Amino acid sequence: MTTAAETMPPGAGPDEADLRQHDLPPTARLGTLTLALTVAGGIVMAANYGRHPSLSAPIALAAAAGVVLIVNVALLSRVKTFAWTVFYRVLGWALLAYFVIAGILVFVFTYDHTPGHELALFIVLLLLFATDVPLILAFSVARWQPPPEAA
Amino acid sequence: MTDTVLTDPGLSDPGLVRDVDTGNEAGAGPPAHAPGPPVIAPFSVVPVRGLPIVAVLLIGLIVAISTNSLWALTFFHVGGGGLWTSIDLFLGLIIGPILGGMSVQARVEFTTRFMPKMLLIMPTLVAMTLGAGFQLARHLGNLNAAYPHHAWLVTSYVIVGIMAVIALGLLEPANLAVLFELKKPRPNGERIGRLMKVFIYTAGITGVMQIATIVIMTFLASR
Repeated sequence: MTTAAETMPPGAGPDEADLRQHDLPPTARLGTLTLALTVAGGIVMAANYGRHPSLSAPIALAAAAGVVLIVNVALLSRVKTFAWTVFYRVLGWALLAYFVIAGILVFVFTYDHTPGHELALFIVLLLLFATDVPLILAFSVARWQPPPEAA
Repeated sequence: MTDTVLTDPGLSDPGLVRDVDTGNEAGAGPPAHAPGPPVIAPFSVVPVRGLPIVAVLLIGLIVAISTNSLWALTFFHVGGGGLWTSIDLFLGLIIGPILGGMSVQARVEFTTRFMPKMLLIMPTLVAMTLGAGFQLARHLGNLNAAYPHHAWLVTSYVIVGIMAVIALGLLEPANLAVLFELKKPRPNGERIGRLMKVFIYTAGITGVMQIATIVIMTFLASR
């Protein structure tokens, strides 16, 4: 069945979702920055695994990643017109999946008797990772979905 | 069958059609319909039937790590890494260009069957490769800073780190966004095309970077 509202040609130009993009915060870019800082922290930690170096650099990277993540969440939470239902649905499942992956890695580090301070920092980095990636995924999906009043 | 026609009949470029006939399962073969607007058969974003396979692989990975079995760790690391690299390269360099030359209907059918599977396959392969790789390196003493080729190992961390940021920051979000766009009653073909390009190109980039990782890994394994 074809209705008048459904005859808009796909790919013929920007639709409502494209026009809404200007009102959205740079969640995906900030999320990718958080991810890059977290991964950098992990690389510094892994490169010095087994010796007891100063943890200043990975702590600074983890702190920076945490700040960007908090700013990102704060900016996104201020958005009113957004497909929050879809966002939370994707976020929930993605959190489950990435916490399983992070859990496996925590298991590896714990099993390997990683020293306390390093283990704590690894866990913080993995928490940032397992929270940030679902945020990127959920935003990337919900940004193109119609908000409740437009649905 | 109830079709939602998504194109202006006056346009030569065919649009997308949502096939909401629940009897037409994705994967049941090409739909028999006359030439016209492409049909999007119902599909599942997450292929539930694949979840037990993922669970078995992840449990196997945990067992391999907890038993420190050299064979099992090598199996998960080399097997996972080989598949990860092959799929990335095959997708970016072979499937991508082929897909670009296919009809809209064929691309839609391919995407709705292929992308959900990638949503399960790639994170599983990444977890297998990295989890087993880290434990294997630790088991063999390669993680130790005193290891003569430690700098090469750190270089591989950096390459994998960049790949992870590209894959998780661009590739996976594009994958998921395409699937949800195709689930809409009125999918936007242009947006799907844009997102698919991101997916294919980033898969190709990470595939090429994987070659660098293979060079380093085979170098280290031969020392």
